[in-house]
Amino acid sequence: MPAVSKGDGMRGLAVFISDIRNCKSKEAEIKRINKELANIRSKFKGDKALDGYSKKKYVCKLLFIFLLGHDIDFGHMEAVNLLSSNKYTEKQIGYLFISVLVNSNSELIRLINNAIKNDLASRNPTFMCLALHCIANVGSREMGEAFAADIPRILVAGDSMDSVKQSAALCLLRLYKASPDLVPMGEWTARVVHLLNDQHMGVVTAAVSLITCLCKKNPDDFKTCISLAVSRLSRIVSSASTDLQDYTYYFVPAPWLSVKLLRLLQCYPPPEDAAVKGRLVECLETVLNKAQEPPKSKKVQHSNAKNAILFETISLIIHYDSEPNLLVRACNQLGQFLQHRETNLRYLALESMCTLASSEFSHEAVKTHIDTVINALKTERDVSVRQRAADLLYAMCDRSNAKQIVSEMLRYLETADYAIREEIVLKVAILAEKYAVDYSWYVDTILNLIRIAGDYVSEEVWYRVLQIVTNRDDVQGYAAKTVFEALQAPACHENMVKVGGYILGEFGNLIAGDPRSSPPVQFSLLHSKFHLCSVATRALLLSTYIKFINLFPETKATIQGVLRAGSQLRNADVELQQRAVEYLTLSSVASTDVLATVLEEMPPFPERESSILAKLKRKKGPGAGSALDDSRRDPSSNDINGGVEPTPSTVSTPSPSADLLGLRAAPPPAAPPATSGAGNLLVDVFSDGPAAQPSLGPTPEEAFLSELEPPAPESPMALLADPAPAADPGPEDIGPPIPEADELLNKFVCKNNGVLFENQLLQIGVKSEFRQNLGRMYLFYGNKTSVQFQNFSPTVVHPGDLQTQLAVQTKRVAAQVDGGAQVQQVLNIECLRDFLTPPLLSVRFRYGGAPQSLTLKLPVTINKFFQPTEMAAQDFFQRWKQLSLPQQEAQKIFKANHPMDAEVTKAKLLGFGSALLDNVDPNPENFVGAGIIQTKALQVGCLLRLEPNAQAQMYRLTLRTSKEPVSRHLCELLAQQF
Amino acid sequence: MQFMLLFSRQGKLRLQKWYVPLSDKEKKKITRELVQTVLARKPKMCSFLEWRDLKIVYKRYASLYFCCAIEDQDNELITLEIIHRYVELLDKYFGSVCELDIIFNFEKAYFILDEFLLGGEVQETSKKNVLKAIEQADLLQEKTENMYHSKSFMGCKKAY
Repeated sequence: MPAVSKGDGMRGLAVFISDIRNCKSKEAEIKRINKELANIRSKFKGDKALDGYSKKKYVCKLLFIFLLGHDIDFGHMEAVNLLSSNKYTEKQIGYLFISVLVNSNSELIRLINNAIKNDLASRNPTFMCLALHCIANVGSREMGEAFAADIPRILVAGDSMDSVKQSAALCLLRLYKASPDLVPMGEWTARVVHLLNDQHMGVVTAAVSLITCLCKKNPDDFKTCISLAVSRLSRIVSSASTDLQDYTYYFVPAPWLSVKLLRLLQCYPPPEDAAVKGRLVECLETVLNKAQEPPKSKKVQHSNAKNAILFETISLIIHYDSEPNLLVRACNQLGQFLQHRETNLRYLALESMCTLASSEFSHEAVKTHIDTVINALKTERDVSVRQRAADLLYAMCDRSNAKQIVSEMLRYLETADYAIREEIVLKVAILAEKYAVDYSWYVDTILNLIRIAGDYVSEEVWYRVLQIVTNRDDVQGYAAKTVFEALQAPACHENMVKVGGYILGEFGNLIAGDPRSSPPVQFSLLHSKFHLCSVATRALLLSTYIKFINLFPETKATIQGVLRAGSQLRNADVELQQRAVEYLTLSSVASTDVLATVLEEMPPFPERESSILAKLKRKKGPGAGSALDDSRRDPSSNDINGGVEPTPSTVSTPSPSADLLGLRAAPPPAAPPATSGAGNLLVDVFSDGPAAQPSLGPTPEEAFLSELEPPAPESPMALLADPAPAADPGPEDIGPPIPEADELLNKFVCKNNGVLFENQLLQIGVKSEFRQNLGRMYLFYGNKTSVQFQNFSPTVVHPGDLQTQLAVQTKRVAAQVDGGAQVQQVLNIECLRDFLTPPLLSVRFRYGGAPQSLTLKLPVTINKFFQPTEMAAQDFFQRWKQLSLPQQEAQKIFKANHPMDAEVTKAKLLGFGSALLDNVDPNPENFVGAGIIQTKALQVGCLLRLEPNAQAQMYRLTLRTSKEPVSRHLCELLAQQF
Repeated sequence: MQFMLLFSRQGKLRLQKWYVPLSDKEKKKITRELVQTVLARKPKMCSFLEWRDLKIVYKRYASLYFCCAIEDQDNELITLEIIHRYVELLDKYFGSVCELDIIFNFEKAYFILDEFLLGGEVQETSKKNVLKAIEQADLLQEKTENMYHSKSFMGCKKAY
C-alpha cells in the first residue's frame, strides 16, 4: 500500500489495485477484473440508488481497468451523472473518465456538452477549468461545434481569472488544430495578441502557444505580435536570474516562455521595423553571450534549460538566414557542443548544424568541423548520434571535400548498423555522382558500394551507374576495365555481375585488345558466374552474350553452344527460354550488317531525373511500374519484334480514310527486326526502373547533373532519415486536390491558356500547346506577396495507373521565388494510352516560415490529343454505323448552363479539338464533329453529335468511339461545357 | 507534444496522455512499439530518437520511464525539462514520489498533468501555481468528503 493517499482515500479502489498487483498470472488478473466488472455492473443496475461517492469509486475502478488495457463498455452514463454533481471530486472523476474514454454516442455527447455548458457558465473558476480541460482533452468536432464560439469570449473577458484564461487559451488551440473552420476569427483576435503583455507569466505562456498556431494560418492578422514578442523576450533575457521568482527554473528565467516566444518569431521573416529588429538582434546576442558564461549551477536542469533557449535562438538565426555574423557565431557555438561530454548536446549540435550547412553564410564555417564529425561517425556509441553525423556529412559535402566524405562514408558502411545501410548507400551514390570531377572516381565509388554493401545497393543505384557510363564515352573504357577486374574476385555480389555483364556487353570491346581481357576471357569470366545467379541476372547475361556475338565474332560458336544447350532452350523459366531461342535464331539468321544494327551500342539515356532520387520519392508510394513496362505487357500495343509499334508516318499523317476508327492497319512488318524492337529486348532488363522510360527528345548534357541539385534544405533530410514508409503523411505525400480542382479543370477542357489558380499568395497561369500525342505546357507561378517563397517545389504526380498512360517530364524550378516575381516551369507531356484522370500538380513552399501546400488537377485531358478530321457526309455516316455497338456509344441529355449561342458552341467544339463537319447533319441546328485521339500506343477515332433544343434549353450529346471508356469520358468532359 | 507515456522498467504502462486523436488500436500499437524501443536503449545513450516522423524525448527516473513524442520543430531540451518539472510536481505533491504513488493515485497524476500541460502545450510552469490549484481542489474535496468517509469504508468492506 502506498504511504500517501492524499485528499479522499478511495479505499475500495486501493484494495482493488492491490489485488490486481498481487495477481500471479495474466489469467488471475483477468479473473479478478471480470469479478470486479460483474460487481460494478450489478451495483449500477441495482435498485438501490448509489450515492455519489460509490458512483465515483466504481467509475474510477472502471477507468483503472481501462487503463490496464481492457475494454470497457459501460459506466459512461454514471460518469456523465457525476459531471453534474456539485461535489468537486465527483465532478473531477467524471470529467477524467469522459476525457479518457470518449464515446461518440450522440446521446451522451449531448449530455456531456450540457454539463460542460453549465460549468462554463458557473463562474466558479475551478469548475470552469475542469470543463475547459475536458474540452481540450477530448477536442472532438462535436465539442468544437458546441463551444468554439464561447471560448474566445471567456479568454478575453476582463473578469476571467488567470487560470481560466490559461485553460481557455490552450483549449481553443486544441479546437483550432482539430477543426480550424469552427473557430471564428473576429474582434477577439486583436485582444489575444495583447495577452503577450499580460502581467501573469502563466497567461503569457499559454497564450503564446495559441498565437503561434493562429498566426501560421493568418500571418497578416497577427503581425502586431512580432514587436510584442520581441519586447517580452527582451525583458526575460535581460532579467536577473531571480527576478521572475517561481518562473525561474534552475537560475534560468522563464525558459519555457522564452522558447515559445522564439518559436513564435520563427513564423515571420525578420522584423521590418529597425528598432524592433535591433532589439531582437540584441536579445539573440545576449543568449549567445550567456552560453559562454560559467554555469550558475552544476545541475543538468540548469544547462538543459539554458541550452534549450540557445538552440531555439540558433533556429531563429537560421530561419532568418540574413545575419552572417550571428550565423557564424551560432556555428562556433555548436562546434563547441560537438565535443561536449553530454551525448544529448552532441546529438543536437549535429542536428542543428545540418541546417546551418545549407546557409551560404555558414556553410564554410560548418565545413571546418569536418574532422570532428567524421570522428563522431566512427566513435559515437549511440546509433542515433552516428546517424546525425552521417546526415551532417551529407549536408556539408561540396566539391572541395566530397572525396574525403565519400571515402569516410564508405569506410563507415563496412561496420554500419543494418538499419541505416541502405540510406548510407543512397547518400554515397548521390554525393559521388553530384561531385564527380572525373567519372572514374564515380565508377570506383559505386563499385565499392556494391562490394561493401551489395545487398543494400538497390536497383536504382546500379541502373544509375549504367546510365552514366552509357552517356559518357570518356569513362566507358575505364568502367569496362574496372568491372572486369572486380569480377575476378572469387565471390562477387550479384549486383556486380549485373553491372559487369551490362558494361562488358556494351563496352567490352574497349578492353579486348589486352590479351588478359580478350573476348574469350571476358566471356568465360562472366559465364563462370552465370549458374549462381538469379533468373533476372541470367536474362541480362544472355543479352550480354548476344551482344558479344556482334562485338566479337570469334565468340559466336561458343556462345551459340551455350544458347543451344538444353538448360537454356528448355529452361523452365519462360523469359530465359525465349531469350535463348530468339538470340540463337537471331545469331544464325541475321547477316553481320543486320546484327550490327540490331545490337548496336545503346543510345544515350534520356535524362529526366536521377533514378536514385526518384527511388527516395517512390519509397513513399506504391506503383513503380514504368510506362514502357506496361505497354510491353499489353499485347495489343507492341511486342518484342516491334510489329505494331506506331511508326512516325502513321502518327504524323493520319489520313481520314485509314485510321479514324482506331482500327489501324499494322505498319508494314519489318522483315528483319527493327532496331527499336531489338533494342527493347535489352532495355527490358531495366524495365522495372525509370531508366528505360521513354522520354521526349534529348536533354542537353548539362541537365544531367542539374537534376541532382542539393535537394531543398529540409525535405531531403527527412526523406533520407526515414526511408521506411511512415504511417503519417510524409513530405512526399500530397494532399487531395483542392475542392475547386474539378471546376478549374473544366475551364480548360476547351481552351489551353489562362489562369489556372489564384489565391492571396499565389497565381498559377498556364499556356499549353498540343500536337499529335505530344504536348508542351508552360506553368507560370507568380508570387503575389512581397515575401520570398522558400523551398518552392511544384511537382506532377500521376495517381493510380496514370503513369502508364501519360508521361509528364518536368523541369525543376528555382527553390526560391522572390516577392512579386514569377517563375516558369516547362512540362513535356506524352500521351501513351488513353486515360481518364488528369495528373495532379502539387505545389509546396514555405511562406514566412509556414509550409503551404496545394494540389490541383493539371489541365491535361484526353481531348487535348485530338486531331481534327474532315470528312464528307457519306463517310461520316458509314463510320457512324460501324460504331454501332452499344458500348461504343455514350449519350447524355442535359440542361444548358449557359445561353445557347451557336457561335459560342462552335468555338467550344473546336476548342475541344474535333473538326466541325458542315452539311452532314440534315438538321442545320445540330453540330457534328470528328477527330482522332492520338496516343503512343493507339489511336481512337471519335465521332460526335450535339443536338441543341432551344425550346427546352436542353442538349443531347452523342459520342461514338472505338473504345468504350473514351466515349464515356469525352461525353462527360464535353457535357460540362455547355 | 503529441503524447506522453509513463512506463516501468518491466514495460508496464503507468500513465498515458494523448494530445492527438488516435484509435485505441493505434494507441496500443504505438505504446508497444515505443516501450520496446526505449527499453532496448542503453543508459548512456542520448535521450532523443527519431521515430516515424516524430521525435521521442525520454528520461528514466528510478524505475519509471517518462517518454514524450514531439513534432519536428519542437525543442528537445525543453521537453526534457517538461518531464523533469512534472516529476518535481509529483514529488512535491506526494512527498518523494515513487512508482507506487502513481499506480495507486493514478487519477491524481492525471489531474496534476492537466494543470501543467493542456492540449500538449505547457500551461503553467510555476510549481507553486500548479500545486496551489491541486491543493485547492483537495481542500474542496476534503470538506465535502468528510461526511461520506465512514460510510465508504463500510461499503468497501462489503464489496470484498
